[in-house]
Amino acid sequence: MKIRLGNEDIQSASVRRLERITGEDVKRCYQCGNCSGGCPVSYAMEIPPTKVMRFLQLGNIEEVQNANSMWLCVGCLQCYSRCPQGVSVAAILEGMRQETLRKGESRTEVKEVPFPFLKKAPQQAIVCGFRKFVG
Amino acid sequence: MKIPYYPGCTLNTVAKQFDTSARESASSVGFEMKELAQWNCCGATFPLTPDNVIGLTAPAKVLSNASKEGDTLTTLCAVCYNVLKRTNKVIRDNREKRNVINGFIEEEYDGSVNILHYLEVLRDKVGFDKVKASVKRPLKGIKAATYYGCMLLRPFEDIGIDKAERPTIFEDLLAALGAEPVEFANKIECCGAHLAMNNEEVVTTLSGKVMTSAVGAGAELIVTTCPLCQFNLEKSQPKVAEAGSGYSPVPVIYFTQALGLALGQDIATLGFEKNSSDIMPLLKKKGIA
Ligand code: SF4
Ligand code: SF4
Repeated sequence: MKIRLGNEDIQSASVRRLERITGEDVKRCYQCGNCSGGCPVSYAMEIPPTKVMRFLQLGNIEEVQNANSMWLCVGCLQCYSRCPQGVSVAAILEGMRQETLRKGESRTEVKEVPFPFLKKAPQQAIVCGFRKFVG
Repeated sequence: MKIPYYPGCTLNTVAKQFDTSARESASSVGFEMKELAQWNCCGATFPLTPDNVIGLTAPAKVLSNASKEGDTLTTLCAVCYNVLKRTNKVIRDNREKRNVINGFIEEEYDGSVNILHYLEVLRDKVGFDKVKASVKRPLKGIKAATYYGCMLLRPFEDIGIDKAERPTIFEDLLAALGAEPVEFANKIECCGAHLAMNNEEVVTTLSGKVMTSAVGAGAELIVTTCPLCQFNLEKSQPKVAEAGSGYSPVPVIYFTQALGLALGQDIATLGFEKNSSDIMPLLKKKGIA
């Protein structure tokens, strides 16, 4: 497979925008893999945290946008606490989720949440879940 | 000693036993939890992107109400604690954001309130020695797993309740109550959190890892500090047992229920019937009840 990497990829405007929203600098990541190693849900992510960072460095934000990773991040901050470079993949994924939700797109519909869950679950799960999945 | 107290939504409803056992225990060790006259939901999640200032207004309102009642605020739910403490730091350290937030909530709050988790009140204001001296029903011979989860600890530089990777505050309390804390690998790992809403598979896997790690280390009891951890663990437990890995369920309780038990509260008032796992067989086996 031939990969063509131009200035326009490295300087992707969408990635710069994401950096502004999240306060992160994707170039700081040196691909050590600690975040994916510590992430409890990387096993279920189509693109685990370390690869998320690599795709963004290469300007390929669409690939990450189409993956389930941002919807699976539980915000546990293991990635951030283990990153030797102080990068928060959690912030990156939340920023991407927010951008998606602001466009009115979501993967969870309120009406799909089972009623027995809403009746028994801790309020904090419902409030937090709706904020993360619906906006 | 009176300490202003923020219960939060969950402790006012499905986790009522967490609230009542804490209030009762506080009075046994010499302080009173004074519920804030006015409070609202903290938002249940700290916004992870700095541009989301609007997400800070709900917790800021709680903090500003608290500042009218004293210089300290205590809370029990690990998530409320995390959100309030982090928001407070932003307001204290970031003048620009403080002005925006104050503009929204129409208050003049400066971030001066000291946020203490109930565990910190016990350690730093009461002292674990005094807690130990007040024990009337020691949890003798119970091997207990102290499950911290995420929100009580991370990010370390904002929370700082104890050492980031190897905290002991929770074990120290259980030891003071006479129990035997066990060391287990997943004590600071996530339970699956809000994925409870739409991803049972991930929650069962994550909570299952926490419980098998605890029980594998010898635990006969799991103790929690967060109603969502409590919910996810209890809900996943039967499924983990059914999966046939040889796992057999153990009781899961709030740390304040363990505290109230050790301080000699009437067992019938500790709200164990609200938990979905049954602690009574264990208490009988150990000669505690
Ligand atoms: S915060 Fe999200 S990306 Fe980071 S370790 Fe936790 S689940 Fe993984
Ligand atoms: S831990 Fe930090 S430096 Fe290492 S791969 Fe993850 S983001 Fe990059």
